[in-house]
Amino acid sequence: MADLKTKFLGISSPNPFWLASAPPTDKAYNVNRAFEAGWGGAVWKTLGEDPPIVNVSGPRYSALHSNDRRVIGFNNIELITDRPLQTNLDEMRQIKKDWPDRALIASVMLPMHEESWAKYLPMIEDTGVDGFELNFGCPHGMSERGMGAAVGQVPEYIQMATEWAKKAASIPVIVKLTPNVASVVPPAKAAQNGGADAVSLINTINSIMRVDYDTLTMYPTTDGMGTHGGYCGEAVKPIALNMVAEIARTAETASLPISGIGGITNWRDAVDFLALGASNVQVCTAAMVYGFRIIDDLADGLSTFLDDKQLTLNQLVGKAVPSVTDWQYLNLNYVEKAVIDQDLCIKCGRCHVVCEDTSHQAITHTVNGERHFEVIDAECVGCNLCVSVCPVDSCISMERLVAGSDPRTGDAISDDKRNWTNHPNNPMRKAD
Amino acid sequence: MASNAHIRTGRLSQEELEENFADLHPPLSRSEALIEADRCYFCFDAPCTTACPTGIDIPGFIQKIRSDNLRGSANTILSENIMGGMCARVCPTEILCEEACVRNTHEEKPVEIGLLQRYSTDPVFESGDQLFERAPSSGKTIAIVGGGPAGLSCAHRLAVLGHDVVVFNRDSKLGGLNEYGIAAYKAINDFAQTEVDYILSIGGIEVRCNSTLGSDIELDELRQNYDAVFLGIGLAQSNNLGIAGEDLDGVFNAIEYISELRQAEDKSRLPVGSDVVVIGGGMTAIDVAVQSKRLGAEQVHIVYRRGPEQMSASVFEQALAQTSGVTIHHWASPARILGADHVTGVEFDTDSSEDGMRLAADVVFKAIGQRMDSSGIEEIATESGRFVVDIHQKTSLDGVWAGGDCVVGGDDLTVSAVQHGKIAALSIDQYLRDA
Repeated sequence: MADLKTKFLGISSPNPFWLASAPPTDKAYNVNRAFEAGWGGAVWKTLGEDPPIVNVSGPRYSALHSNDRRVIGFNNIELITDRPLQTNLDEMRQIKKDWPDRALIASVMLPMHEESWAKYLPMIEDTGVDGFELNFGCPHGMSERGMGAAVGQVPEYIQMATEWAKKAASIPVIVKLTPNVASVVPPAKAAQNGGADAVSLINTINSIMRVDYDTLTMYPTTDGMGTHGGYCGEAVKPIALNMVAEIARTAETASLPISGIGGITNWRDAVDFLALGASNVQVCTAAMVYGFRIIDDLADGLSTFLDDKQLTLNQLVGKAVPSVTDWQYLNLNYVEKAVIDQDLCIKCGRCHVVCEDTSHQAITHTVNGERHFEVIDAECVGCNLCVSVCPVDSCISMERLVAGSDPRTGDAISDDKRNWTNHPNNPMRKAD
Repeated sequence: MASNAHIRTGRLSQEELEENFADLHPPLSRSEALIEADRCYFCFDAPCTTACPTGIDIPGFIQKIRSDNLRGSANTILSENIMGGMCARVCPTEILCEEACVRNTHEEKPVEIGLLQRYSTDPVFESGDQLFERAPSSGKTIAIVGGGPAGLSCAHRLAVLGHDVVVFNRDSKLGGLNEYGIAAYKAINDFAQTEVDYILSIGGIEVRCNSTLGSDIELDELRQNYDAVFLGIGLAQSNNLGIAGEDLDGVFNAIEYISELRQAEDKSRLPVGSDVVVIGGGMTAIDVAVQSKRLGAEQVHIVYRRGPEQMSASVFEQALAQTSGVTIHHWASPARILGADHVTGVEFDTDSSEDGMRLAADVVFKAIGQRMDSSGIEEIATESGRFVVDIHQKTSLDGVWAGGDCVVGGDDLTVSAVQHGKIAALSIDQYLRDA
């Protein structure tokens, strides 16, 4: 079995799976259960100044369900810890003592005054925690008070608070970023400039789940009124992966370690984050949906995968980053066509109708009077829509044209690469 | 059926009977329906729809289940098949829509279309929610003979199209075989009459029961007094075996016993044989055999002169009989029915043995098909004893349409009869508007 032991910023943990700062890490009872189940680390539920904040006592969560009530997306309006600071500190100290081999990180959210950071960070560090995570991400509630995402959306504030934190702390500082920005690179750079040891992302996305179809109010509400929450769970993974990859492939931020967060539910999701540049991952929603025992498959599946690929965990990190580029560099001379495996085809015709209605009229429905679905190469642009909608795994695949000409364009297939930067249709093209 | 030493009532307790005649396929709960609906691939030009004799947009109604739009879903079903509720219960889906389901290719487990159809339509029949609106009155009146699935389907469509309808029905209740012929556990809680009531609630349909063509009413009269005539008279006469002993006490037409069973207020008071032999290989044979077993008969045999592949009862129906404790014998033709006054057994010729086969019996059911009673309608062209119709269900006689089991191509299925009635109504409407 591949070794999953991880050192992230010098902080060891038996595996790269940490619980993200959230309800599952709210108190010692939960964190004990998590560590008993095998989690590698935990980022404690975000600490703030006393007196503690107050949470609503109505619905804090709601879910986007599939018809069999599988949770696809998840939304919350819970704030940071609502317990006194000392209670949290006492419990954190005890947990670190009881679980010395696990990573324990303190998430903090403080007002934008340097005194607060100077006052609280040493107190918190004294518990023996391994590092800080600065919560510049929560998009609801706390952001109205000038914290959380209100800081994370302004690179100058990120840099300023990171500098204060670095000054007050002697242990590593991770900056947690909000996805509610046009580009995640400037916030990441700001964190780096402020001296952050790493970034973690993504926090949750501004969201309203739906309306109540009876009352025609938003859903859920607290006493008839609701507010936007933070969206997370499987549905947000692609958004998170893009942001992680953006930071990993941007020259100035490429060396910044990343803790990946956003919809990780099984080990494959972890592979996605690690290969796109994260050095470890954090999980919340999947644990809130299924309980802590999902760690078994997360760790076991990742280990087996690494064995199969004959890779170490470190070798996996960033493996896919070089494959991510800008659109303008994609090879426009490369041609693929969809191919339907007639032995696997169940003749549902979904590929035909979506191609016919919404794409390129490149799939038959009848051949020689028989119900038959076949790609018309002269029309197929290789868009992958049919592959995406086909209900049968591996029934439709994309195959590269390697010789001759593209029956659609008549252009000869060429091994030369041509992208938009040097394409004749680009008025701004660079000379070949 | 009269009682005697062998044939008696009260073989089973009330509780046993209730259990035996409970819903054959209990309805889906909402969560079951949502999960099952999710299995539908929403096929292009869906094979299930092609396989449905009434052409219901099956992926369409299933899509509406997925979004909790049950009224819309029921409308999608009932606007193609007004008896979509009964068809959800009695259609041999395993040889129609569900056989065509593309899920069969890799997992041999089609979407449960029949149960989903029931899930969609049950609320409409429970509430009586009127989904249809009548077009402005055409001033025309159409006579429909026969209040079974074909006649009622035709009547409903004509009423929707703005015509008035008079239904002449031989029996005292409408519904035809839905009321008198289908196994009791397939349509519990008097669903056939609930459906009839729903169909009539559209308005414009007058019903005259106990009116038999050829005795109470005449075709000529109908043709003179009405703007068009639709015949949905079914196959009213049972076929005979034409062998010795057929007249013995204890030999019955299956269809008559099923009718008696369906109309029985108290099933424990139905006379039931001890050793029952059913001759035939169709749905009726299965229905009478399974119901006899479920009423408490000791031994029930179905004997069919050909093999399992030739049985018109579907594989599902054959399996149902077998799991209900009925023994099915193939390749045995009845040679004579034995007994002095009352039947004691049946002798069969078989290929496998020169001595043939002998089964003890105190009740013999004949389920070898029905034929049309053609009294009073001799002037209409027939073929093999059934009306010849064109693709619009028109007979050879001007102004007369026909559908259901009484036409060439009628196949003993409610769903086909409904389609015939629907097509005839559309054709009659066109004919009256062109006139």
